[in-house]
Amino acid sequence: MALPNKPLGERKAVRDPEVEEREVDILIVGGGMAASGTAFEIKKWMTDDQTVLLCDKAAMERSGAVAQGLSAINTYIGANTPDDYVRMVRNDLMGIVREDLIFDLGCHVDDSVHLFEEWGLPIWKMSEDGKNIDGNKGQKMGTLKSGAKPVRTGKWQIMINGESYKRIVAEAAKLAIGEDNILERCFIVELLLDANRENQIAGAVGFSVRENKVYIIKCKTAVIACGGAVNIYQPRSVGEGKGRAWYPVWNAGSTYYMGMKVGAELSMMENRFTPSRFKDGYGPVGAWFLLFKAKTLNGLGEDYGASDAAKAELEKYAPYGTAAVTPTCLRNHLMLFEMKEGRGPIMMDTVSAMAELSKNTDKKGLKHIESEAWEDFLDMTCGQANLWCATNTEPEKKNSEVMPTEPYLLGSHSGCCGFWVSGPNYDWVPDAYKWGDGDKIYNRMTTVLGLFTAGDGVVCSGHKFSSGSHAEGRTVAKEMVRYARDHADFTPTPSQSKEELVDMVYKPVRVFLDNCKYTTDININPAYLKPSGMTMRLMKATNEYGGGTATYYQTTSKNLEIILEMLQVMREDCEKLAAGDLHELMRCWEIFHRIWTVESHLRHIQYRKETRYPGFYYQSDHPGQDDENWFCFVNSKYDPKAGTWDIFKKDYIKIIPD
Amino acid sequence: MPSFVIDEKCDGCKGGEKTVCEYICPNDLMVLEPNTMKAYNQEPDACWECFSCVKICPTQAIEARGYSDFVPLGSSIFPLLGTEDVMWTCKFRNGLIKRFKFPIRTTPEGTANAYTDLKGKDLESGLLSTEESEGYEIPKPQAIV
Repeated sequence: MALPNKPLGERKAVRDPEVEEREVDILIVGGGMAASGTAFEIKKWMTDDQTVLLCDKAAMERSGAVAQGLSAINTYIGANTPDDYVRMVRNDLMGIVREDLIFDLGCHVDDSVHLFEEWGLPIWKMSEDGKNIDGNKGQKMGTLKSGAKPVRTGKWQIMINGESYKRIVAEAAKLAIGEDNILERCFIVELLLDANRENQIAGAVGFSVRENKVYIIKCKTAVIACGGAVNIYQPRSVGEGKGRAWYPVWNAGSTYYMGMKVGAELSMMENRFTPSRFKDGYGPVGAWFLLFKAKTLNGLGEDYGASDAAKAELEKYAPYGTAAVTPTCLRNHLMLFEMKEGRGPIMMDTVSAMAELSKNTDKKGLKHIESEAWEDFLDMTCGQANLWCATNTEPEKKNSEVMPTEPYLLGSHSGCCGFWVSGPNYDWVPDAYKWGDGDKIYNRMTTVLGLFTAGDGVVCSGHKFSSGSHAEGRTVAKEMVRYARDHADFTPTPSQSKEELVDMVYKPVRVFLDNCKYTTDININPAYLKPSGMTMRLMKATNEYGGGTATYYQTTSKNLEIILEMLQVMREDCEKLAAGDLHELMRCWEIFHRIWTVESHLRHIQYRKETRYPGFYYQSDHPGQDDENWFCFVNSKYDPKAGTWDIFKKDYIKIIPD
Repeated sequence: MPSFVIDEKCDGCKGGEKTVCEYICPNDLMVLEPNTMKAYNQEPDACWECFSCVKICPTQAIEARGYSDFVPLGSSIFPLLGTEDVMWTCKFRNGLIKRFKFPIRTTPEGTANAYTDLKGKDLESGLLSTEESEGYEIPKPQAIV
């Protein structure tokens, strides 16, 4: 390293940033699928005198979980019913879900998929003779809306040519909301409560990652839709490869942090998602299982999932384990059992699957199948395709290893943590699931007045995926316009002063500038810690004590006690996070968001004295499910004034019969 | 699989209104070094290998090299993003080359119908704007417990 000592990065941070203050009626925090849905819908309901602003940490064209593209839309109801959709989600998530939220989403998700197709997303079609036709050629068969048949892999999934999925969705969102109402590269880091009205949102504060500027935005109502949490547990690859997370590596738990910090009630934060994916590259396995009908084999070459031992194990988790489709966590559970018994590695038998598919097809058909297999990766996990190339893997000739990844927190995929939000105002929705302000009910509002969430932020309603998140964001748009209309006289007044907010947001910059000249190495200094180091500290602790891959996802009461103490120390040390440039300032805030999110996750695991999701995590002091005591939600609430946590049970209410 | 910039090919988007790799990277990794006017990936171990920068670069100056911790050297995958299709060239370590072409979009860029003239009517209903305009009826559960 060359002297003189200087910050890394190209955008040096300065001690005193410019401050821009704004006031709008409606604030959208995030720019992914859910926020794009809100952006598309919002102006259709706003009056001319209402105002809106969207803040995205990145550029909407390629932000969020769909930035890279997708090869399937996993939720399209089509000829199914929302009732069956509820049953599927309920079974996959081991019984405890918010059926009102799932049913409501199932009523609207197809409208978003139809819009995607109209905007130009190529959707595969099934020809009359049962052939898969790509989304371009398939246009002549009509649209889904006009009755054309999609290519179903499972009951709910449809195949797409989705490389530009997010670009298309973002284009419509930006056109609808208007460029003037979008701030890109603006990272919102804290929400603000109102000084006068108890438990009411009044705005948010953040900063530009392009110039030294702090944004203070007042609003009457806000939605937080910033995705789930990634790089919270040590990934299996810890060198360059730690960027190859399964979920987007830039999802820092900001949704959970920001809502939690203003006292919004969280629910089921103990739930996590530990997907099994192609090893290292983390390419999707869904198409291999569902479209190509491949099986996974243990190291002995056995189809372990079909064994009597596996069936007996699944019976322990009836009725979920014995349902027609085995819940995701239990499929992991079976895989982990093989690995722990010394019968690894687990291989996806692509060779047999391709051989079977080639039996009834000609050379052209074979080429088509091969292309489908590669597109599955190239559309959404490019690096997995390169890994095949680098290891000379042609799937028809060589099998690939499958492995459960590190844990992730999310609410839109096969996971269900998030905020406890109101359901829709229908007579069939139980009163305990409906709330708002006074006599008004606001669908998807958290327990903080005026604060909404969507996508990964909404609890107990997994399996919404990209399309469902978009539809949910649209629902929220309408509810926020209602909220702003009903509170037209409310003048948001954040309880902190401008100076206090700037001091808080730019604290890591000041810590850096005050101390950086003391040593000759910019990264090693007794007075501060760089976010990269803190990230590794968090991931090491969670991996070892919090049920990471190191322990096959097992933790114990004692381990949880230890890590919760470590997290307390980490939060203290975060006071000394240092940022020399704006990129590093973003990383400081992200690690802060991650630490709080993990704390919530582990407090919930500690409280729930059973193992509800074997395969995702094991509380080894409380193995197995205990329906008698724990067939309920676990909710928690951080008190922003007292700085204390409250954690408690909440009744599950079944709405849709079996 | 961190992205890297080929020195000779990168012109810092001098002729454009913005440095496009910097504009597009979802994780704020691509930056322009102002003295040489060349871009680089400032945090390769935070790269999700999403290829957004590779696809958008007007001079094809950006490629990706497999993560050093698990990807053997010698292979490459490279996309050429058009307006309707993407063309991938996948080169194996053993020299085998495969090419694939996939559709990406069925409408011209910039023409997505944002329904800018559509105004919702009943703010109290659960209907989304396009559902309302088409007379959609929201289903109710077939039966409840």
